[in-house]
Amino acid sequence: MTNAPAALGSAYDMPTAAQAEQTATFALLVDNEPGVLHRVVGLFAARGYNIESLTVAETDRKSHTSRITVVTRGTRQVLDQIEAQLNKVVNVRRVHDVTRDPNGVERELALVKVRGLGAERVEALRIADIFRAKPVDTTLESFVFEISGAPSKIDKFLDLMRPLGLVEVSRTGVLSIERGLEGM
Amino acid sequence: MTAHQTIESPAPAETADRAMTGAEIVVRGLVDQGVEVLFGYPGGAVLPIYDALFHEPRLQHILVRHEQGATHAAEGYARSSGKPGVVLVTSGPGATNAITGIMDALMDSIPMVVITGQVPTHLIGTDAFQEADTVGMTRSCTKHNYLVKDVRDLPRIIHEAFKIATTGRPGPVLIDIPKDVQFAKGEYFGPHEVASTHAYNPRTKGEAGRIAEAAKLIAQARRPIFYTGGGVINAGPRASELLREFQALTGAPVTSTLMGLGAFPAADPAWLGMLGMHGTFEANNAMHDCDVMICVGARFDDRVTGRLDAFSPGSKKIHIDIDASSINKNVRVDLPIIGDAASVLEDLIAAWKAAGHQPNKAALSDWWAQIDTWRARQCLNYRASETTIKPQYAIQRLYELTKGRDTYITTEVGQHQMWAAQFYRFEEPNRWMTSGGLGTMGYGLPAALGVQLAHPGALVVDIAGEASIQMCIQELSTAIQFDLPVKIFILNNEWMGMVRQWQQLLHGERYSHSYSDSLPDFVKLAEAYGAVGIRCSDPAELDGKILEMINSDKVVVFDCRVEKHENCLPMIPSGKAHNEMIMGEVEDIGNVIGEAGAGLV
Repeated sequence: MTNAPAALGSAYDMPTAAQAEQTATFALLVDNEPGVLHRVVGLFAARGYNIESLTVAETDRKSHTSRITVVTRGTRQVLDQIEAQLNKVVNVRRVHDVTRDPNGVERELALVKVRGLGAERVEALRIADIFRAKPVDTTLESFVFEISGAPSKIDKFLDLMRPLGLVEVSRTGVLSIERGLEGM
Repeated sequence: MTAHQTIESPAPAETADRAMTGAEIVVRGLVDQGVEVLFGYPGGAVLPIYDALFHEPRLQHILVRHEQGATHAAEGYARSSGKPGVVLVTSGPGATNAITGIMDALMDSIPMVVITGQVPTHLIGTDAFQEADTVGMTRSCTKHNYLVKDVRDLPRIIHEAFKIATTGRPGPVLIDIPKDVQFAKGEYFGPHEVASTHAYNPRTKGEAGRIAEAAKLIAQARRPIFYTGGGVINAGPRASELLREFQALTGAPVTSTLMGLGAFPAADPAWLGMLGMHGTFEANNAMHDCDVMICVGARFDDRVTGRLDAFSPGSKKIHIDIDASSINKNVRVDLPIIGDAASVLEDLIAAWKAAGHQPNKAALSDWWAQIDTWRARQCLNYRASETTIKPQYAIQRLYELTKGRDTYITTEVGQHQMWAAQFYRFEEPNRWMTSGGLGTMGYGLPAALGVQLAHPGALVVDIAGEASIQMCIQELSTAIQFDLPVKIFILNNEWMGMVRQWQQLLHGERYSHSYSDSLPDFVKLAEAYGAVGIRCSDPAELDGKILEMINSDKVVVFDCRVEKHENCLPMIPSGKAHNEMIMGEVEDIGNVIGEAGAGLV
């Protein structure tokens, strides 16, 4: 490529940098068909959108629907564009912007392996208890904790585990649902 | 996990008629969808469908010479007739060759149904002969696509494909059918007997409140402008009529994108010509200075907007589009209306009349006076020549000599395409077929074949360049076989003209690989195919030879030798605004565009 255009604003250099980026969580109900996940992921890749986390599973066998929850980042304009593009996919039945919904609930589950001896091991167990993380495996020098909650809570837990011997993390990515009586 | 079709009204008496093979279901489905013509190329994985076609007199199959030709021919057929174009090709290379035309149809919103053969289900994933992951490869270049794994799904999928391709924002839909599914016995169900398994249901009616607001905004405007696009053409001839009616009520000038030419008549005094990179001075300046912009079925493409942060800075923008994702994609608009162009224009006219709106005559008269000063620049002027044929002159003469006829124009991509857009004047929609979004060289000749099939008695001219035409030149053979007397009008300057122009403007006149040495003798080439070849290099002979071409009832290849170094102007250089156009009379053209502009496309 040639020298990057610096100050020019064409469609290739849209002045989006000035706008603040934010995180958004979209919940999608999709037809449970082969390739539907690829359609959604491919759309993000083709248009240069980020995926920070992604979860997908069949949720209603009878009506052949799956639910995809995708966490992404962008300016407001980009997030609106993502929502509009997702709505265009024929297999996508509904798109819901959970982040903008005051009734949106977001939860994530993580499995966290911590290795340590002595006081550090005790401290890890104590902090896990505060966070209501549950040991699902233990050896004499390690724990595997299961923790669920808002992504920020899990981040905080990991921060605290790091100096105590954090070895490995596996996270599900965000799941979401709306409070109240109504379904999506 | 696929949902099989649910039958709304089973008719037991007809069960005997319903039993057929997958291949027969395909053919029957096409007939029931009203298909008359399909463009295709046989191969191992579609032989059962070709076998079923053998017994079906209601479908005319046009055998192309390359699958790309089939897709462009289907596009030309669709765009000139409003009906979906249908393509039938084999697996592997058949499908990959078709991809360029499928992408072209997606970019230009052309309704198209592509049926591809696939290796038998049990061989999928084994790298079988002529196997390709067709649905995987075409996911991003189709509106929707299907791999049919069970013959029971086939009737539903065929009918669904036509619905998706032709409604909402039109586009290509691909159906990949493994060979064993084509052989399998199944039951056929008609278009009204199958139920969709998904929630596809595009919105066509605009929101009434916003339409009333838009009418008010337009009535209050002092410097309004209509910026219309291919969506008006796609919405059908009625949309063009309504556009003309609404323009007459508002008195606003009209400009259009490349794809929208013909929706508003070029003969109308309110017509400003095309806008954008090679648009007219008056259209671009009016866009820049307007106070209310009424965008109908256009998508603020980068070729239209130029520099985004200087795009029509002082205007309130109304955007009518059937595709919600076109709203606020490139340009933030003030009043979006999601709906079909015809439906929304109809409602706008009703809202205008119901509210008793009147345009601001005094302000409009000032606006038109301003526009007239821009028009006085005569931005399309070029230096005439008595010794060489100027390409602009060639198009002007072609226009003058064909305008009284039932004429359809297709183009390839490059300078000749822009000159055609600037100098050929369209009075009606569906008369102009060009590859706008994807910019596909090789589009024009196969597209012309599709147009000729849809309009057998019409004069169909492919305005071409000598480089573009060679990308699908093999379709001359198709034209001869099916007696489709298209005229190929080649503006031959021996250069990839638009590439050469950009190299001159942006790359220090380093003409890297843009000259075609060893060009064929187009006259002899035409004759080799069984067509008529005509050559002209003298302006004085041009009229006579053009008449010879259009009066011929055969396929004609016209090798029009034009000025080799003519630039296509005026031009908004990359990275510049609408009111910073390069005009025809600039001398030091190599220094107009800054270094930063060279980095843009």
